[in-house]
Amino acid sequence: MISAILSLTVLGLVLGFGLGFAAKMFAVATDARVAEIEALMPGTNCGQCGYPGCPGAAAAIAAGEATVTICPPGGKALAAALAARLGVAADLSGVSDAGPKIATIAEEICIGCCRCIKECPTDAIVGAAKQIHAVMREACTGCGNCIDRCPTEAVKMQPVPVTLQHWVWPKPQAEAAWA
Amino acid sequence: MGLIEKVFSLLEPAHWGVHPADRKRPAADVPVRGLPLPARLYVPLQQHIGAAARPVVLFGQTVLKGQLLAEAQGATSAAVHAPTSGIVSAIGDISAPHPSGLSFPAVTIEADGDDRWADAGIAVDPFGLPPQEVATRVAAAGVVGLGGATFPSALKLGLGLRAKIHTLIINGGECEPYLSCDDRLMRDAPDEIVDGIRIMLHATGATKALVGIEDNKPEAIAAMTAAARDFPAIRIASVPARYPMGSEKHLFSALTGQEVPADGRTTDLGALVHNVGTAWAVHEALRQGRPLVERIVTLNGGAIDMPGNIRVPVGALVADVLAFVGLKTEPARLVMGGPMMGNRLPHARVPVVKGTSGILALTANEAAQLDPGPCIRCSSCVRACPVGLLPLEMSARIGIDDLNGAVAFGLKDCIACGCCSFVCPSRIPLVHYFNHAKGELAAQGRAQLRNESAKRLAAARIERLARDTQEKAAAAARRKAERAAQKAAEKAAAGTTAAGAAAEAAQQASKEVVA
Repeated sequence: MISAILSLTVLGLVLGFGLGFAAKMFAVATDARVAEIEALMPGTNCGQCGYPGCPGAAAAIAAGEATVTICPPGGKALAAALAARLGVAADLSGVSDAGPKIATIAEEICIGCCRCIKECPTDAIVGAAKQIHAVMREACTGCGNCIDRCPTEAVKMQPVPVTLQHWVWPKPQAEAAWA
Repeated sequence: MGLIEKVFSLLEPAHWGVHPADRKRPAADVPVRGLPLPARLYVPLQQHIGAAARPVVLFGQTVLKGQLLAEAQGATSAAVHAPTSGIVSAIGDISAPHPSGLSFPAVTIEADGDDRWADAGIAVDPFGLPPQEVATRVAAAGVVGLGGATFPSALKLGLGLRAKIHTLIINGGECEPYLSCDDRLMRDAPDEIVDGIRIMLHATGATKALVGIEDNKPEAIAAMTAAARDFPAIRIASVPARYPMGSEKHLFSALTGQEVPADGRTTDLGALVHNVGTAWAVHEALRQGRPLVERIVTLNGGAIDMPGNIRVPVGALVADVLAFVGLKTEPARLVMGGPMMGNRLPHARVPVVKGTSGILALTANEAAQLDPGPCIRCSSCVRACPVGLLPLEMSARIGIDDLNGAVAFGLKDCIACGCCSFVCPSRIPLVHYFNHAKGELAAQGRAQLRNESAKRLAAARIERLARDTQEKAAAAARRKAERAAQKAAEKAAAGTTAAGAAAEAAQQASKEVVA
């Protein structure tokens, strides 16, 4: 009885110290910024950036492998927020916020197969079996995951129409000399 | 204000704003003419700040003048009424009076020429109505702020009841050069305006009204003073002519000597500002039961043959109005509103809306647009800025896309009055920079909201999928248990039948044995 208790205690102590030592010695340094960056990102894991979802992209941005402008759904706002967080100068001129695209469904060729619905990361597509589907414009992030799933090519990416409410004065030209 | 600023302000008078040549006369002295009724009127559904109105008429329907065409939808919106009698010939997009040249929805009315009014409600004494009811009637008449911002007036009146307003400021400043529609209205209809002011005093619960009129309109001041003689609550005050005196914060300061904080409004100091045109529209709505379907528009500019003020139904095309006053030469630029803050029009086939104070047809000489040069840091714009900003610093930051830098210099306080661009000796389009930056910031804000909502939706989907799998697993487990129970029951049943069969067989056997 005593020997059993003793042997298990000793075993526990040895293994515990061993694990503690290994945790300190062979620790893999993680970047605390990754979690913060991930919190800023859209979180839809759409994959438009080419990385495996938002966590992958966040890790790449923190590691400096990716620029802050890689997220198309995030647009300029996200790029600016990331640049401010990381303290880097972002070249926002390359980010095209003027032409974000959203998915649209051609109603005359939609067969109501429900395949695109399952792909949408934000549940922006509504519809049911053998019913025409529709995209809710406000919820679509333009990730394009639904495009390849459509058997009849009814889903197309189209630029968001510019309305009076969304129109922005263009930046004045000239003054290149001093600006 | 700190002590040092106070000492400096005593040494030097306030030097905000600019003094552009007013060019209001001779147009201001010509009596108002009425525009002959055009064959077609294009009535936009969005003539106010807020959500577009929702049409309540159908294609092909016959409507009377003043009949409701579209009702307000949402918290901030305004109703739209038929400006003449006729047939609804289309409901669809037309070109907007906006520099972008984009389109917006409108109801097209084919006029029948009779201009027949719908039956107005029975006239009641507005002072017998509860204040809330006055605001409701103003809303039903589709009245919006006629000074240019086109904010739904009923909302502002309702605000008066909540925010403890004690003073009503009536804006008769009309500081924009070229424009004289408010001047003309004050000269021609001072009694109606004063009546409208009294109704608004009743609606807001304010005890006094201050009417601020720039001193370059002596006839209007005389007419208004005569009309308001019997009403001690209404005081007509002359304010110095200086642009932008018509800005609500500046007119308030000029009349009361108090300064409105940067992030505040005049309502925080117990004052509500309305335009004189709005007071007139409130009078029309309450006394005559007539909705806002026409207004006085100043037609001015070097290219116009007979400049003056024209009474125009809402929805008439700018081209119709220009044809009525005649053009001396082809205008180099068409502007809706004043030359300082107005909108450049893409072409003349756009409708007059409730907020149209003027239409300017400018010659190449008047609209001279010269190439900008480098900033020489003369600080003319700093002295001109009525809100005390540093336009040169802000535009330099916007030039390199540092919008947050510009915000740090007070971009959000900019009222886009255009004083800085007006005085700049290098002709830098400063206010254009600020409008661009404000639009970009708004777009970024919208993108941010969109991002957040996408994140919420994605999280909701993940949760839903998890719940689905859980429910499916639970259902599968339940089915499995059911199947197991069924099997057990079957087995038990089979056991009893087997036993019975055995007993039967035994009986049979015994019988055989007996036999």
